[in-house]
Amino acid sequence: MPPKKAAAKSNVSAEELLGHYREMLLIRRFEEKAGQLYGMGLIGGFCHLYIGQEAVVVGLEAAAKEGDKRVTSYRDHGHMLACGMDPKGIMAELTGREGGFSKGKGGSMHMFSKEKHFYGGHGIVAAQVPLGAGLAFSDKYKGNDNVTFTYFGDGAANQGQVYETYNMAELWELPVVFVIENNQYAMGTSVQRSTKSPSLWERGAAYGIEGEEVDGMDVIKVKEAGERAVAHCRAGKGPYILEVKTYRYRGHSMSDPAKYRTREEVQKMRDERDPIEQVREALLKGKHASEDDLKAIDKEIKAVVNEAAEYSKESPEPALEELWTDIYADELPQETA
Amino acid sequence: MAIEILMPALSPTMEEGTLAKWLVKEGDTVSSGDIMAEIETDKATMEFEAVDEGIIGKIVIAEGSEGVKVNEVIAILVEEGEDVPEVGASAAPAAAAADSAPAEAKAPAEAAAPAAPAPDQSPDWPEGTEMKKTTVREALRDAMAEEMRSDGDVFLMGEEVAEYQGAYKISQGLLDEFGAKRVIDTPITEHGFAGIATGASFGGLRPIVEFMTFNFAMQAIDHLINSAAKTLYMSGGQMGAPMVFRGANGAAARVGAQHSQCYAAWYMQVPGLKVAMPYSAADAKGLLKTAIRDNNPVIFLENEIMYGKSFDVPVMDDFTIPFGKAKIERAGDDVTIVSFGIGMTYALEAAEKLAAEGINAEVINLRTLRPMDTETILASVRKTNRCVTVEEGWPQGSVGGYISGVIMQEAFDYLDAPVITCTGKDVPMPYAANLEKHALLTTDEVVDACKSVTYR
Repeated sequence: MPPKKAAAKSNVSAEELLGHYREMLLIRRFEEKAGQLYGMGLIGGFCHLYIGQEAVVVGLEAAAKEGDKRVTSYRDHGHMLACGMDPKGIMAELTGREGGFSKGKGGSMHMFSKEKHFYGGHGIVAAQVPLGAGLAFSDKYKGNDNVTFTYFGDGAANQGQVYETYNMAELWELPVVFVIENNQYAMGTSVQRSTKSPSLWERGAAYGIEGEEVDGMDVIKVKEAGERAVAHCRAGKGPYILEVKTYRYRGHSMSDPAKYRTREEVQKMRDERDPIEQVREALLKGKHASEDDLKAIDKEIKAVVNEAAEYSKESPEPALEELWTDIYADELPQETA
Repeated sequence: MAIEILMPALSPTMEEGTLAKWLVKEGDTVSSGDIMAEIETDKATMEFEAVDEGIIGKIVIAEGSEGVKVNEVIAILVEEGEDVPEVGASAAPAAAAADSAPAEAKAPAEAAAPAAPAPDQSPDWPEGTEMKKTTVREALRDAMAEEMRSDGDVFLMGEEVAEYQGAYKISQGLLDEFGAKRVIDTPITEHGFAGIATGASFGGLRPIVEFMTFNFAMQAIDHLINSAAKTLYMSGGQMGAPMVFRGANGAAARVGAQHSQCYAAWYMQVPGLKVAMPYSAADAKGLLKTAIRDNNPVIFLENEIMYGKSFDVPVMDDFTIPFGKAKIERAGDDVTIVSFGIGMTYALEAAEKLAAEGINAEVINLRTLRPMDTETILASVRKTNRCVTVEEGWPQGSVGGYISGVIMQEAFDYLDAPVITCTGKDVPMPYAANLEKHALLTTDEVVDACKSVTYR
């Protein structure tokens, strides 16, 4: 295993920090709005919010290049926003409308964007892990240097198919970054109650896969770890595991009363480790931005989110004919380049 | 501007709830994420967080109130120095669009087409084509080799497909011709490699996955159905899985319950999948080439016992058989026998025996179960007025049961006898030779069924 890099003082530009702040805030405000629309009955079914985990996807997207792919579980809104999918299309999918990314037929858990190389949004815990390795397989087969970010949670980390995939990914040296978003709770079961392994990333050693643990509340640390992982994959050395320690503030889904942890635990995390507050403080302390600058960004983000919410209410429900479309493809839907 | 705080829906099914406790009071400042109240749903007590910033101007619903409807105004949030408006004065909250009664969704017109078009019974190859005796095994290999030659994105993956040359020798020679990049041995890990292959298809490749037998595909069935079959629909048509899952299906000989199941009826049920089940070597070659070219996930059900059987295969540059086109293997007027795959051996043997007794059976080889050529079945039943279905799979939820339902709905008035579904027995496959023989279908059972529906 490579030695864990010390948290050296990074040489991060103000522009970069402001970018991260803006992107994380977009996810936070978008998710709060989604929670509100759920409460109003505009969003139905399951809705898993990403609040608290924003630094994970924003940091890793900062390490990605055009052509890289990403695939994740059903807690997917943050990943879609971070890879540049239009908030309007995401929110309209949440409300089940024609203007949604899947024309209203996928919902919160099942969204895709060919354009942004976002391959879902998968509702079966850990199913996205071999799918992500398969995406990486397709890039290796075609001989390009793209990498696939395959996200899964600490809950999924106990599924058998993860280890079947580790084995083949290392055997075939697939360019896949396995990102374990360890938010410490698989629905209501804490990591301590589901495994005796002290760390999840170290399980990769059994298959010869390198990896590391990352502070998932620090966007810069996530980005730096992402760069190490991506460099490993692009160099043809096979997969890499990042266990990103993060925390979700909200319940597992909207209907989770979260009785498995204390209110104080959540509040402590919010007060002391919040990924957005950390960047905010860095910006202010480093005099990269003033309170007014940040307020202006807040306002701008709020407008984007409100516009998405409006769109998601105004976009019509899908035409009934849509019930019968997209079951079979006559033409090949995906790019074959 | 004042913001109305509405009673939230806190579960997919919640319509009303109890406002158990307010954790804020009028005049308090709240910001996004602050917990304002505790609300009891039908399932649990939930904390209700603020989304917007502001001052609690008025608490409209007192704590302890039961039966508070979702979307009812429970409090009003104001800005510094703002007056509290009357409840309902601000813009009405958007009503959930889902409330509008959905108009009845109708299936596409073709599903209810009244005038049955004449089924396509054009021959599979031009008259006078040179024929070559080929085993089903060779036909499958030839189909893969031809498609791999013409499309570099097609590759084969599975247990023992490369260096071992195939557990049943279906992939013999492919490693030599196409190399290890395109003919890939996997570890014994069906769930994993089925998922990897599906992901590769999302990425633009055209995988052929060989399951040593479909019994082992049960370890992988989540990817076949949830990942491969449903993604095109869930993505609104943006991406799908152009791939083939193939391998031996159904009973072999003396391998016991866990290696002897027919999955035809299972996969046939799933929208988004196509399901082919060849009988002859020509079927095997023509259908597999079509399957590899198809832009959807295809379940291709072979049979170990059939692998070594020889049939005439046309010698053509590019021989394919379209999906959804059944073949009338034997014409007759007295009774229609519908089968597919190895079931055809019983059907054809029975027809031979029946002919000796003066009963002319028409034997239909379905070839694909989804799409299913029900037009050919119905046209035949309208002529013979009787139908017997033949398959090795179990009776409950069988392919024959589905066909029987279609005939009853579409051609009830033409029937002179109830449809009889000949199936394998409703038991796990036993090992003992005599019991196994009895558990499977027999030709005599098909003969008896045909006599029964013709009242002989």
